[in-house]
Amino acid sequence: MNPLELAGARPGPAFTVTFDGRPVEALPGQTVAAALWAAGVTSWRSTRSQGRPRGVFCGIGVCFDCLVTVNGLPNRRACLVPVRPGDVIATQDGTGQEEACHAD
Amino acid sequence: MRTDLAVVGAGPAGLAAALAACARGVRVTLVDAAAQPGGQYYRQPAAGLGAARPEALHHRWRTWKRLRDGLAAHAVHVLTDHHVWSAERTPDGFTVHALLGPEQDQPVEVRARAVLLATGGYEKVLPFPGWTLPGVVTAGGAQAMLKGGLAVPGRRAVVAGTGPLLLPVATGLAAAGVEVAALVESAGPGRLARHGRALAGKLPEGAGYAARLLRHRVPVLTRHTVVRAHGDDRLTGVTVASLDAEGRVRPGTERHLDCDALAVGHGMLPHTDLAESLGCRLDGLTVAIDPEQRTDVPGVWAAGEATGVGGADLALAEGHIAGCSAAAHLRGTAPGPAPAALKARAKLRRSAAALDSAYAPPAHWPEQITDDTVVCRCEEVTAGAVREALDLGAGDERTVKLLTRAGMGWCQGRMCGTAVAGLAGCPPAPGKRPFARPVPLGVLARQHPQEGPS
Repeated sequence: MNPLELAGARPGPAFTVTFDGRPVEALPGQTVAAALWAAGVTSWRSTRSQGRPRGVFCGIGVCFDCLVTVNGLPNRRACLVPVRPGDVIATQDGTGQEEACHAD
Repeated sequence: MRTDLAVVGAGPAGLAAALAACARGVRVTLVDAAAQPGGQYYRQPAAGLGAARPEALHHRWRTWKRLRDGLAAHAVHVLTDHHVWSAERTPDGFTVHALLGPEQDQPVEVRARAVLLATGGYEKVLPFPGWTLPGVVTAGGAQAMLKGGLAVPGRRAVVAGTGPLLLPVATGLAAAGVEVAALVESAGPGRLARHGRALAGKLPEGAGYAARLLRHRVPVLTRHTVVRAHGDDRLTGVTVASLDAEGRVRPGTERHLDCDALAVGHGMLPHTDLAESLGCRLDGLTVAIDPEQRTDVPGVWAAGEATGVGGADLALAEGHIAGCSAAAHLRGTAPGPAPAALKARAKLRRSAAALDSAYAPPAHWPEQITDDTVVCRCEEVTAGAVREALDLGAGDERTVKLLTRAGMGWCQGRMCGTAVAGLAGCPPAPGKRPFARPVPLGVLARQHPQEGPS
């Protein structure tokens, strides 16, 4: 049994996004966090001071631990943002502002 | 947009309130951050996932169906994907400020004659060594990701902490194919038994969970706690230990459990930011209300977890009573809530108080927090730094924050407030946050353009 079978899910066609350059399959309706969890990824940020890995913690948009860079924009809450075809998802290092500047 | 009653939050309390007020002839606008109504309790799988059996993830599906069908039959104006960041009093009523959609950079205003706050709550998690490792999630977070995204945190999970939420989380993960290595509950079975009479109504529910735990072969460890989560860059296991009658770890009882996910929670905290910005009086951490669910600010009602954590059934009763009272105020009639709701509220408040006391975290939990444990996850402030601030004379959360930055980060102390208060030995204080969520500066700048620079 898996969660999709449990809920009798018949999702729309899967699509591809990238996470740190590698392709990841995602389902329509999933958040960025759910798609990454389904792909076995549990961390996508390194903290500003200690550089420690973080991922989902509260899962409902309150704790801001799951911040991630999506399509060049840092500080998106992965647990709230729906994943879209072609999204370029990247681990957010620190504030993520440095990568954002380079992306411009 | 203009409405008579703005209900903030589409969980059980907000839905019951909106339906009650609408049925009494009031124009109601229901505002919620999620893509679909339901709140956390009735969080629905995303539409794109095409779930044919969403009820497999839920309890009390019949109640949800009644609410959902009611919403479809009534003229409640539902605004989903609206993230409310503030509510303010205006000369002719109230303005609710929201940000639109996942981008949250477009402002929307809802003007209303009255406001009903059904803002719900979020989970309290007390720190322990290793709790910041990826793979450690809140119990409610694991459930939200399962219900909404049909995703699970790992293959083998431990569910730990204290409180009634751990039961549906453990059984939900197990039903979804996760091997649940243990349900680790710090309360002892005797604590529940002591509140037998107040909890009599909860017995069938408890028995249902017990049967499901048995069916999924989930080992239950009561009067146990997770003392440490292990791993380098992600969780690989936890150490659990038994607690003595005083709530202290019994030396020599530690043992290791392999797992790649830990779902942990120690109860719930109410969302009171909007109530506070409207000037409503709080009673401890919760919004103070009268028997009609009115706050002390005329025109503002509150219901559900924001007024005291008590679960979905209590939220439904309170929401109904609040909706009736708000409608009566707006229409100049008598409230007339269903007598059954009043009776249910009284009974459920008693069982909520009993559960709260039975499921209190172990009395000596701050002793388990080693100096190198991060307490404030956002600003990476350790327990050692907090203790240093206490040694310097800080006696409360606010002073610790000023000295260490604990509570100053993205989450604004929502995750660490209880822990800092516990380390300081003082009761947790309300957050006093002027904004309920981050707001782009551009949105704020456009709020009062006529005032210009000063």
